[in-house]
Amino acid sequence: MSTSEQHGRARRRLVAATGAAALTLAAGLVPQQAAAADGDKVLTVAVAQSVDSLSPFLAQRLLSTSIHRLTYEYLTNYDPEDARAIPALATKWTSSPDKLTWTYTIRSNSSWSDGKRATAEDAAWTFNTMMTDPDAATANGSFVANFRKVTAPSPTKLVIELKKPQATMTALDVPIVPKHVWEKVDDYSEFNNDKKFPIVGNGPFILTDYKPDSYVRLKANKNFWRGAPKFDELVFRYYKDQDAAVAALRKGEVSFVSGSPSLTPAQASSLKSEKNIKVNDAPGRRFYALAVNPGARAKNGEKLGDGHPSLLDERVRHALFMAVDRKTIIDKVFQGYAVQGEGYIPPRFGSYFWEPSDGQELAYDPAKAARLLDEAGYKKNGDGKRLGKDGKPLDYRVLCHATDPNDKAIGQYLQEWWGDLGIDVTLNCLDNVTDPWLAGTYDLAFDGWSVNPDPDFVMSIHTCAALPATPKDTGATDNFICDKQYDELYAKQLAEYDPAKRADLVKQMQSRLYDLGYMNVMAYPNAVEAYRTDQIASITTMPEKAGNIYGQDGYWSWWSATPADGGDSGGSSSTGIVVGIVAGVVVLAGAGVFFALRRRSTAEDRE
Amino acid sequence: MTDAPLTAAVKAAAPAGPGPRARTTTRYLRYGAGKVGGAAVSLFAVLVTGFFLFRLIPGDPVKTMTGGRPVSAEQMAAYREEFGLDLPLWQQFTEYCGKALTGDLGTSYQFHAPVTDKIAEALPNTLLLTGTAFVLFTLLGIVLGTRSAWRHGGLGDRLNTGLALTLYSVPSFWLGLLLIIVFAVGIGPVPGLFPTGGMESGGEEGFAHVLDVAHHLVLPVVTLVAVEYGQTLLVARSALLDEMGGDYLTTARAKGLRDDQVRRRHAVPNALLPTVTLVFVNLGRTVAGVILVETVFSWPGLGGLFYQGLSVPDLPLVQGLFLFFAGTVIVMNTLADLVYPLLDPRVGR
Repeated sequence: MSTSEQHGRARRRLVAATGAAALTLAAGLVPQQAAAADGDKVLTVAVAQSVDSLSPFLAQRLLSTSIHRLTYEYLTNYDPEDARAIPALATKWTSSPDKLTWTYTIRSNSSWSDGKRATAEDAAWTFNTMMTDPDAATANGSFVANFRKVTAPSPTKLVIELKKPQATMTALDVPIVPKHVWEKVDDYSEFNNDKKFPIVGNGPFILTDYKPDSYVRLKANKNFWRGAPKFDELVFRYYKDQDAAVAALRKGEVSFVSGSPSLTPAQASSLKSEKNIKVNDAPGRRFYALAVNPGARAKNGEKLGDGHPSLLDERVRHALFMAVDRKTIIDKVFQGYAVQGEGYIPPRFGSYFWEPSDGQELAYDPAKAARLLDEAGYKKNGDGKRLGKDGKPLDYRVLCHATDPNDKAIGQYLQEWWGDLGIDVTLNCLDNVTDPWLAGTYDLAFDGWSVNPDPDFVMSIHTCAALPATPKDTGATDNFICDKQYDELYAKQLAEYDPAKRADLVKQMQSRLYDLGYMNVMAYPNAVEAYRTDQIASITTMPEKAGNIYGQDGYWSWWSATPADGGDSGGSSSTGIVVGIVAGVVVLAGAGVFFALRRRSTAEDRE
Repeated sequence: MTDAPLTAAVKAAAPAGPGPRARTTTRYLRYGAGKVGGAAVSLFAVLVTGFFLFRLIPGDPVKTMTGGRPVSAEQMAAYREEFGLDLPLWQQFTEYCGKALTGDLGTSYQFHAPVTDKIAEALPNTLLLTGTAFVLFTLLGIVLGTRSAWRHGGLGDRLNTGLALTLYSVPSFWLGLLLIIVFAVGIGPVPGLFPTGGMESGGEEGFAHVLDVAHHLVLPVVTLVAVEYGQTLLVARSALLDEMGGDYLTTARAKGLRDDQVRRRHAVPNALLPTVTLVFVNLGRTVAGVILVETVFSWPGLGGLFYQGLSVPDLPLVQGLFLFFAGTVIVMNTLADLVYPLLDPRVGR
């Protein structure tokens, strides 16, 4: 190879490298939200959870079901103020005197995005498909399990006949799909509704584009019967790392970050000092509890697992309850981003919220706890350890989630508090606690659930009916609790159609659960989320006075969000400018390199 | 020359045997067949391991998937039947093997879609990220490594190897977060130049889309290159150092070649041989090893998919991906084995 050839190659390489570097640099100048069409108001929400399916018959995850709330109407919705059932696709509903027939009036002003009117026929077809095709029952089958027959005598009349009374008939969280589109589907187990866009729906937004783990795009439905959303577009963008999502909010790349399930105290505190960012520290819908193994057993009476026998004594459970300082947990572990737990249902569901009476309360009282243990016959030995009936020191295995720092921190407090009582605690922190949990091989476990506006489900998981049929089976039970008195109350509330009377029964159930001492609700963690006030001027929380934004029961947050004046997140006319800049930089850099190489080669030639 | 007639006789007696070139080809084919056979055995071992390994993960897929939702015991049983979880283990295994041989990796529990579809969806994204990074860190490693070795012990060498070793030991997710804070959000006088995550803004088309993806690609690629180039650099450096005492280099210098030419035309080509193996192994490893970088930068690739599979556990998905990852490494290793004798005839004899 001659010297000039070598120089030529070197020069080409250098020009190429410089060009690439320049392109990279210039690409860095592309405006962050160049995606929007000119002038469109775009609301961008950071999410982490993958969409499991966009088919309402299959989707189970929070993000997917939230998208369905936005794109399809349900029979009813929940009032953002107090979560009571309000009209949606149905304008009103009545039940027959025998409580077995429900008649819904379907509104006549809701139309599918392809122009056809949404009718009772669509609703009847949706429910019937779920009742007859097991694949279509994947996501919401439990809602129709008690249905005998569903018919649509007229476009505005839907009739559902039940096998037995069901109080949750105004809380059927089932997206109603357009029959004329969905009846063409062959196999509901495989149809994910994610290939052909826009997807025909009748909610406040229309799903226009989706790329797995990249984004979900929705356009405002201008014909939505309740009124069009104020933002033109709603985009869910993926941030798998929560710190990266917070960084994106700081930068203005996204308008809203919720965290999963919550921003950490450190993230929230650092965002609080930021200009143009509002941290929404809202009462959460979750409870965080310590569950006691009540002597796990199956429906057929066979015992399973190896829960500690001392825990079958109510006095021991109450003693453990009373030796937990919930105030310290709120202050030190949750750093103030939680509320002290009492009843089973968080206070945000006002009508069902229950608190123990003064005489009933198991308040923090280690001295009384020690007395209770003495009374129960678990006395301290010379080493200060309490002995079980088998003569061995009490040592409780506590199941904790290895991925949850709160579990670990509280576990250490338990070791200290119960240690003072003379009881050892072995923390069993696992990535997946399901196996020992299902097998009943634990003494206590950290437990938590999100509660729906209708409390039926979280109450149902403590009924005897939820136990596994045999030790080999898996039941729907949370913690193997089975109590006759609780079950009677549960059956009564499910058949009670009067909201006030039903709420009273639900409170009685919580009272019973509290007295049993199997579930110690320690805290209601707050929903901590943040949004940019220069992009979102106002947004409805749920409950409206002080509530959360992400994962509401209903579409209130994104439907109500109003763009801020300065928050125009559109403006992609700059793409041309950017291309110009890139070309300019490349040419300049190329020219520079060319002259530099010329100088070098002439210098070498001189040598 | 007494043996001359004998040699001639031997030559004459063996006219029908294969010539030297044919012999080399046969030898190479035998060598190649051995390597490919070994790879096939390894792949089968992966198939078996994958199946049983992921069944050791504690957890009931059906329970985890339906967690937090009202699901009746009958429905749970229906799921088990649908996913074949009610069958005895050996039956699940034979079905799995039979299907895998026909390229059917099963249906993902959580996404209700064939695993091969999910892989095909995420693979191009991972290839774009790792491919770009791979080319850059291989070139950077070789160029800097050979330069370092040529002037070994000098300030440049010490700086180069020091920096490479430091970056090599930095956790990739930490470096990624640091780059996001500095170059995506912006800190002090540094403006936020790049997106904080994702692969595209969405809604772009044509050249604007290419530019947009390139823009999103910069930080994750920089992270990968930074943590990966050190290894290539060190191997290239030590390989060249081994060559540097060679007499042929003295000869080349004696011919009057410039130092630069001696390095590039004589020393480096020989020193590249050990690097080739590493390059292939890296290619396989990089595809599988970007889980953390993909997570930090929310890159919609195979890494994120694997993580999602593990968290359920979505058995068909993790098994399929495990097979794919391990398969890539095995195939790349085998390719390295096959290419090596072509570059260095001493290997494979």
